[in-house]
Amino acid sequence: MTVHNLYLFDRNGVCLHYSEWHRKKQAGIPKEEEYKLMYGMLFSIRSFVSKMSPLDIRYKLHYYETPTGIKVVMNTDLGVGPIRDVLHHIYSALYVELVVKNPLCPLGQTVQSELFRSRLDSYVRSLPFFSARAG
Amino acid sequence: MSRQANRGTESKKMSSELFTLTYGALVTQLCKDYENDEDVNKQLDKMGFNIGVRLIEDFLARSNVGRCHDFRETADVIAKVAFKMYLGITPSITNWSPAGDEFSLILENNPLVDFVELPDNHSSLIYSNLLCGVLRGALEMAVARQLPLRFPTVPQVQMAVEAKFVQDTLKGDGVTEIRMRFIRRIEDNLPAGEE
Repeated sequence: MTVHNLYLFDRNGVCLHYSEWHRKKQAGIPKEEEYKLMYGMLFSIRSFVSKMSPLDIRYKLHYYETPTGIKVVMNTDLGVGPIRDVLHHIYSALYVELVVKNPLCPLGQTVQSELFRSRLDSYVRSLPFFSARAG
Repeated sequence: MSRQANRGTESKKMSSELFTLTYGALVTQLCKDYENDEDVNKQLDKMGFNIGVRLIEDFLARSNVGRCHDFRETADVIAKVAFKMYLGITPSITNWSPAGDEFSLILENNPLVDFVELPDNHSSLIYSNLLCGVLRGALEMAVARQLPLRFPTVPQVQMAVEAKFVQDTLKGDGVTEIRMRFIRRIEDNLPAGEE
């Protein structure tokens, strides 16, 4: 079991943060393009997710969205179960605590805070379903 | 600087006198900087707005409140959860408009105005106008948008809320009343950035 990567988007589709841990292959396109594609895909999925059950694919995409449009997207392998509490923790204890509540961190753009990056990294690495060995 | 990454739902206790005095110092300084009440009111609203857009995230992180499905549910959450959490008071909700798009919050007491009396030369000052800005900023972030802003060829539906004081104990009224109004606007081009 492992974690591949994580995206944090705001309501305007701005990618606030991206981290990767175990990603087997790169997309072959610039990161900015990948963020836009991911957001575009999420938006499309959202419009029919309530009508269909998710298909089994080679990875699991875990999605958490707040009423303010902040979206946390975590991709893991298939062995990981529902992790709503993990995504909520990333939102409440990391993003809100370290970014929103810091008046020196501007909103609506990539998070520059090194504290946020390192705390998020430590947190993900500490998760029970995170293993140093992918697969 | 070390920071606790997880405070859970406990809130830090702070003296309410310190809070009231800090707010008073802020308003007094704005009065000196701007010289006329209307400009001070606008600044308070703008500052409140900037607080509101961040405060809503803290509120969602700590309160476990889900999406509100209509304005009535929103009113309940504002009065019974949000005001309680941040100001320690629970205003009552009254005077719903027939269309369900306007209501009033009645505050028996307002922690911002402890010890405050308005002098005669500031009769148009809306002392607690920061609160209106906070309500506006928080709700503007939390009401649903129908489409993300990156589809400029499609008309955008913008939802917003207007908040204003219609009664104020500082001006001699028996209670303080904030009127909340739900506004739905349709814009044909990309909206400009927030303040």
